[in-house]
Amino acid sequence: MLSALGSVWEVLKHTFRRRVTVQYPDEKPYLPPRFRGRIILSRDPDGAERCVACYLCAVACPVDCIALQATEDEHGRRYPEFFRINFSRCILCGWCEEACPTYAIQLTPDFEFGEYERQNLVYEKEDLLISGTGKYPDYNFYRVAGLAVGGKDKGEAENEEPPVDVRSLMP
Amino acid sequence: MSSVLLSLLNVFGILIAVIALAAGLTFAERRLLALWQDRYGPNRVGPFGLLQVVADMIKLLTKEDWVPPLADRPVFVVAPTVLIVTILLSFAIVPVAPGIGVADLNVGLLFFLAMSSMGVYSLVLGGWSSNSKYSLLGGLRAAAQMFSYEVFMGLSLLGVVLLAGSFSLLDIVVAQTGLWYCVPQVIGLAIFVIAGLAETHRLPFDLPEADGELVAGYHSEYSGMKFAMFYVGEYLGIILISALIVTFFFGGWNGPFLPPIVWFLLKTFLFIGGFILVRASLPRPRYDQLMALGWKVLFPLALLNLIATGGITLALAR
Repeated sequence: MLSALGSVWEVLKHTFRRRVTVQYPDEKPYLPPRFRGRIILSRDPDGAERCVACYLCAVACPVDCIALQATEDEHGRRYPEFFRINFSRCILCGWCEEACPTYAIQLTPDFEFGEYERQNLVYEKEDLLISGTGKYPDYNFYRVAGLAVGGKDKGEAENEEPPVDVRSLMP
Repeated sequence: MSSVLLSLLNVFGILIAVIALAAGLTFAERRLLALWQDRYGPNRVGPFGLLQVVADMIKLLTKEDWVPPLADRPVFVVAPTVLIVTILLSFAIVPVAPGIGVADLNVGLLFFLAMSSMGVYSLVLGGWSSNSKYSLLGGLRAAAQMFSYEVFMGLSLLGVVLLAGSFSLLDIVVAQTGLWYCVPQVIGLAIFVIAGLAETHRLPFDLPEADGELVAGYHSEYSGMKFAMFYVGEYLGIILISALIVTFFFGGWNGPFLPPIVWFLLKTFLFIGGFILVRASLPRPRYDQLMALGWKVLFPLALLNLIATGGITLALAR
């Protein structure tokens, strides 16, 4: 009986406690920089698409929500012909970002992309591509990769060692 | 002619005020529970969420009024009205302020006890006619609970009757002009509060409803306005019991400086808040625990209180 009165008193003391509710639409919650929200495709500092259509994101995706088709331009650069993310399936796990070798696919601190129609949650490449570089402002895959593309041979990029002749390494 | 008009004004004034208050309580309770759980509660509709009541009402009115196929249809329909009617009838005897009150029965207290016993029929019949196991269990518990609290509820009030020398609520209030009965009848007060919690089927004694175990107990199968009637009935019960606690033990409208009606409402709201606070803090006992508490502790205590009060009154009267 006394303990019941004690608990009533304890609850009454909560009258003067601070309320923990974050009143969301009026009051935005703090989102850390590494928050995993809406997925975007970034561009390199030159403004070209970073994505090389390697399919690693599609392979890494545990819910299989990424679909793309690789193609090549006249310089031999690979890029996705289409790139489609079905956000009604996406679980925002960030594995695509981890798998991406060119920092092209990135997750952003934005989670407010609700829709009234399910079909509108399927984002095409033009919806996903942004004009900026995202989290890695100076990175350009083709300047560091050991890959020949139009106008640049292997080993000619900045920070890039000339290619090793594997046959000269033989014992 | 004017006296008829006055009493009609009293009847409808109290009826409308009480129902409006009960509707408002659905909102007030949610806000208060939220306050004590460090939340905000409904605060979106209108200023401070005050229009939540209207929104709820629109929702309940537009819901499908469904009767389960195997239910006992007439009983199913009548059951919720029994609860509302018995509780509203009980309000007839509550003296709000001098001149405000529907009827001053000379058996007012007994009338209240009779009506509160009738109210249980609503739960039992509703539980039975739903033809659902959870509803039946809820109705069963309502009956079991009623047996265990009605007895000591009546006995706890007899101390007040002894002191006031009358069953009329008006006389009881007038008799408390000097000293409120919460002082000499403190045991009676405690027992009546516990019985009141059980009477209104509120947590911690909401065994007939018991959301955690019985879906929603006796009103599991109810929807739309029939459900709303059970719901409003519960809040009407809270208002009634709070008003009666004030009338029996806290001097009704008596109090310094402020006008009587303000005192009455102030005290009543305090106890309504208390009811909600108790709901926010205490867990629900098993129903055999409630019955054991009722029969083994509170019933003898109420009897002892009655005997002691009677003895002292007799000794002082000599």
